[in-house]
Amino acid sequence: MKLNRIGAGALLAVGLLLAACGTPTPAPAAPAATAKPAAKQVKVAVVMPSASNDGAFSQSMYDALKAVQASMGGEAAMKIAVSEGMVQVPNAVAAIRDYAQQGYDLVIAHGTQYGNSLTEIAKDFPNTAFAWGTATDTFAAAGVKNVFAYNPRAQEGGYVLGVLAAKMSKSGVIGVCGPVEAGDAKTYVDGFKKGVMDTKKDAKINVTYTGSFSDVSLMAAAAETHTKAGADILTGSSQSVVGAIGVAKDKKAIWFGTQANQTSLAPDTVGASQVYDWTGVIKEMLDLSAKGTKGGKAFELSLQSGGLKIVYNDKVSIPADAKAAADAAIKGIIDGTIKPLP
Amino acid sequence: MNELFTVPVLLGILYSGVRLATPYLYAALGEMFAQRSGVVNLGVDGIMLMGAFAAFFVVSNTGNLLLGVLAAMLVGLLMGLIMSFVSVNLQAEQGISGIGLYLFGLGLSSLLFKKLSVSTRAIEGFPALPIPVLSDLPEIGDVFFKHNILVYIAFALVPVAAFVLNHTTLGLKVRAAGMKPEAADSLGVSVARVRYLCVTFGSMMAGLAGASLSIGLINLFQENMTSGLGFIAVALVYFGGWTPLGVMIGALLFSMVNALQLWVQVKAIPIPSDLAVMLPYILTIAALVLGRRARQPAALSKPFSRGEN
Amino acid sequence: MQRAKVLFERSLSALTPFLAVLLALAVGAIMLFALKVDPITAYGALIEGAFGSPFALAQVLVKATPLLLVGLGICIAFRGGVINIGGEGQIIVGALATAAFTLALPQAPAIVLLVGGMLCGMLAGGIWGGIAGALKARFGVNEILTTIMMNAIAAQLANFLLRGPMIDPIEVKNGTMLAQSARLPELSWLPKLVPQTLLHAGAIVAVIMAVVVYILLWRTVLGYRIRAVGLNAEAARFAGIRVPVYQALALLLSGVMAGLAGSVEVLGVSHRMMDGVSGGYGFSGIVAALFGKLHPLGAIPASALFGSLLVGADKMQRAVQVPSALIDALNGLVVLFVVSSDILVRRRAQRRKAAERKS
Repeated sequence: MKLNRIGAGALLAVGLLLAACGTPTPAPAAPAATAKPAAKQVKVAVVMPSASNDGAFSQSMYDALKAVQASMGGEAAMKIAVSEGMVQVPNAVAAIRDYAQQGYDLVIAHGTQYGNSLTEIAKDFPNTAFAWGTATDTFAAAGVKNVFAYNPRAQEGGYVLGVLAAKMSKSGVIGVCGPVEAGDAKTYVDGFKKGVMDTKKDAKINVTYTGSFSDVSLMAAAAETHTKAGADILTGSSQSVVGAIGVAKDKKAIWFGTQANQTSLAPDTVGASQVYDWTGVIKEMLDLSAKGTKGGKAFELSLQSGGLKIVYNDKVSIPADAKAAADAAIKGIIDGTIKPLP
Repeated sequence: MNELFTVPVLLGILYSGVRLATPYLYAALGEMFAQRSGVVNLGVDGIMLMGAFAAFFVVSNTGNLLLGVLAAMLVGLLMGLIMSFVSVNLQAEQGISGIGLYLFGLGLSSLLFKKLSVSTRAIEGFPALPIPVLSDLPEIGDVFFKHNILVYIAFALVPVAAFVLNHTTLGLKVRAAGMKPEAADSLGVSVARVRYLCVTFGSMMAGLAGASLSIGLINLFQENMTSGLGFIAVALVYFGGWTPLGVMIGALLFSMVNALQLWVQVKAIPIPSDLAVMLPYILTIAALVLGRRARQPAALSKPFSRGEN
Repeated sequence: MQRAKVLFERSLSALTPFLAVLLALAVGAIMLFALKVDPITAYGALIEGAFGSPFALAQVLVKATPLLLVGLGICIAFRGGVINIGGEGQIIVGALATAAFTLALPQAPAIVLLVGGMLCGMLAGGIWGGIAGALKARFGVNEILTTIMMNAIAAQLANFLLRGPMIDPIEVKNGTMLAQSARLPELSWLPKLVPQTLLHAGAIVAVIMAVVVYILLWRTVLGYRIRAVGLNAEAARFAGIRVPVYQALALLLSGVMAGLAGSVEVLGVSHRMMDGVSGGYGFSGIVAALFGKLHPLGAIPASALFGSLLVGADKMQRAVQVPSALIDALNGLVVLFVVSSDILVRRRAQRRKAAERKS
C-alpha cells in the first residue's frame, strides 16, 4: 500500500518535472518555412507505407528524392517532407491533403492503396501535382488532370538477375524467397524464373513465400531451407529479406537483391541488385509541373528508361560470360526481342 | 508428395525447427515464469524488439557478442521493471498495459535504429559451435549438435526451469503467488517481490530472445523484425500448459510445422503458399484441441493487494 | 454532501485518462528533446492536427469509428470475463465478407448492398470470434492463444483471396498483380456526412451500436448473464448460468463488432478490400475500450479522444518531421499511463467505501 503511493507519487513527480522543463525552452529548431530562400524553393512531399530506411520499396523513393535534392542544390532549392509508416489509408489521406493545403508542388503517394482517395483529393487541388505508384492509371478517364502514375517493371531486372543466377549457379539449384505472391514481388519473381529457365533449361528453381512483408525470421528459415535443398544462389523481395541475406552470408551463398541496392547489408554476399531509380521520374514530374502540366502521364520504370538499374557489387566476382549474358539480356529486353514475363 | 518424406527433408525440418524454436523458447519460458506468478505480460514482442536492437547495436559497434547479449538482457530488465511496476504496484489491467509496453518497444526500437545506426550491415553473429563427439554422429549430429551457443542454452534452460519451478523454495513461492496469493501472503511470502522477480526475469528472457534473432539467427536488425513472434510466444505458454516441457514441445511443434510448410513450397507441392503458411497456426490450435489441457494459474492476471481481498 | 462527493469522484474518474495522457506526453517530451525537436512546436502541431480545422475534426471521427466498434466488442468480452486479442483477424474477415458480398451483387439497390454488406461482415467476424469461443467452451482452449493464431490465419486467408479469386481484374490486366479486390459498386459506399472529408455514415452506425450494446449488456437477460459470468464465474455457476456458453457468446459478439468495423472501413473509407484495412484497430480498439472504462457509452468519447491523439500525432510527424516510430512509442506511453492511472480512481472509491463502513 505504502509502496503503491510512493510509486504513484514518484510517477507524478517525474511527469511534472518533465512538463516543467518542457515549457520554458525557446524553439531551438525553427521550421524551415521561416527561412526565405533566394530562388523559389520546390516543395515535394512523399507519403509511404513503411519506413524510409526499410532497405526496399520506401527507401528506394527516399534515396531518389535525396539524390534529386542534392543535384538541385540542396535544401534551399528543394524541400522534402516525409510521412512514413502510413499503412492505413485514412492517415495517408490526411497527410496528402495536408501537404496539398500547405502548398507543396508535388505530393507523391507512394503506395497503390492510396489511389482511390487520391482521385478525390486531386480534384480539390487542381494546381498541385500528385503522383502515385505503383500504378499505371492516372485517372485521366475519370476527368482528373493532375495525377501522375508510376510503375516499375520489376520483371525486367528480375529476368536479368535470373540470367546471372543461371550462369553463376554451380549446383544448378536456385532459391527464391518471396513475401506475398502479389504485386511487384510476384512480377519480379516471375521475371527471375523466366530468366533462369531461358538460360539454363535444367536448372531447378525453388520458390517460397512467407505470406508477410515483415516476417524476418520466417524469411531466414526460408533461405535456410533453400540452402538445405542445395541452392547456392538466393534472391527475394520486400523489406523482410534482411533475414534471408543474413543466412546467405552465413551459408556462403550469393544473393541477388531488388528494389533498393542491398550491397551495403552484406558486402561479400550480394552479387547484384535491381535498383528502382526514381530520380528520372521525379525530375521529369517536377519539370512538367513547372511548365504547367500537373499530371496525366504514366511513367514506366524500365531498363530502357534507365529507371531500373542493375547495380553490381565489386566485392563479388561475376564471371565475364555471366556479365556478357546479362548485358545481352538487358539489350534484348530494351529492343523487345526478349519478353521478361511468360 | 512422396518427395517430401525423404530423409534429407525430414532432417532439414528438424534442423530448421530447432533453430526457429530458439527465440520462441526463450520468450515463452520467461513468460511462463511471469504467468506462473500471476502476471500476463503481453508486451513480450516489444521487449524482444528492444533486446534485438540493443544486441545488434552493441555488436555492430564493439564486435563483442557477449556484450551484445548482456545489453539485450539489460534492456529486458529495464522493460521488465516498467511492466512490474505497472502491474504489481499500480495494479493495471495487464492485457492492456502489455499492449502499451509492446507499442512502446516497437516504436522505440525502430526510432533508435533509425537515429543510431548510420549504415546497416550484417554482423558476424554467434558462429556454429559443434559439440565434440556428438556432432560427429551420422545425421543426428548435424541436426542437433551444430548450432550456435544461444540455441543450446535455450534448450538447456528447459530442465533448469522445470527444476527451479518444481523443486526449489523459490519455485514454490512462484507457484503460490500465482495460485493462491492470499495464502502465500499469510505464510510470509512477499507476493509483490515474487511477481517483480518473475516478470523481470521473463522480460530479460524476452530480451535474450530478441538477441537470439538479431545476433544469432539473422545477424541484422530491421524495424519490427519480430513481426508478432512475441505474441506467438505468449500463445505457446498457454499451449504448453504453463510447464517448461510443454512450452518446449509447443515451440518445437510450431517451428517444425513452419519448417515443413517451407519444404512443401520448396518441393513445389501444389498448395497455395498462403494456405501453407497457415498450417502452423491451424495445427497449433488443433493439437491443443486434441491434446491434454492444463488449468491456468488461478490468480493469473489478477492484481494482488494485501488485506483488501 | 454524499452526492457531491460521488459527483466529484465521477468527474475525477472521467478526468484521470486526460491527466494520464498529459503526463505521457510530458515524458514523450524527453524523446522529442533527444530528437532536437521543440516539444511545444510538436505538441502544438498535434493539437492543431486533431482540432485545428473541420477536416481535422472529421478525420478524428473517421478514426474513432472503427476504434469505437472494436472497442464495443472489447467491452462485451471484458464484461464476460474473456479476452479478445483477435480484433485484427475479425476485422479482416469482416472486411473480406463485405467486399465479396457487394462485389457479387453489383446491380443491387443501395439499401441491400449496405445492410447486406454489414450483416455479412458481422457474420464473418462473429464466426471468427465464435470459433475461439466454441473452442474455449467445448475444449477449454484458452482464447488468448486461439485469437492470436486466428489473426495470422485471417491475414493469410486475405492474402489468398485477394491475389486469387478476389483480385481486381484490372490488376491482372495491367500486370501489376497487386493483392486487392476490385472497387466496390458506388451504390454500396456509405454516404459522406461532410463533403471533402472522409467522414461517412459509419460514424452514426457506430454510435447506434454503442447504444445497442449498452442495452444488450444492461437491459437484457443475455447481457445480465454475460456480466454475471464476468463478475464472478463461480457465483454465476451456482446461480445456474452455463458459464462456458456465455463466455463463448461474449467472444462471438465481440467478433461481430470487430467484423462490423471491418465492414464499415471497406464501405466507408477504402471502398475496396486490400492489405492494411485492419491497421492495428484490433489492438488500439482495446485501448479505446479501456479509456472508456469498459462501458459502451464511455467508449464513445474515449474512442474520439484516442482517435484525436492518433490523428494529431500524424500531423506532428508531418510538421516537425519526426520518424513515425516515435508516434508508436508515444502511443505506448499513453496506454501505459492511462492504464496505470486507473489506480487513483479505484483507491479513492475504496477509501470512500471503507469510510462509509466505519461510520
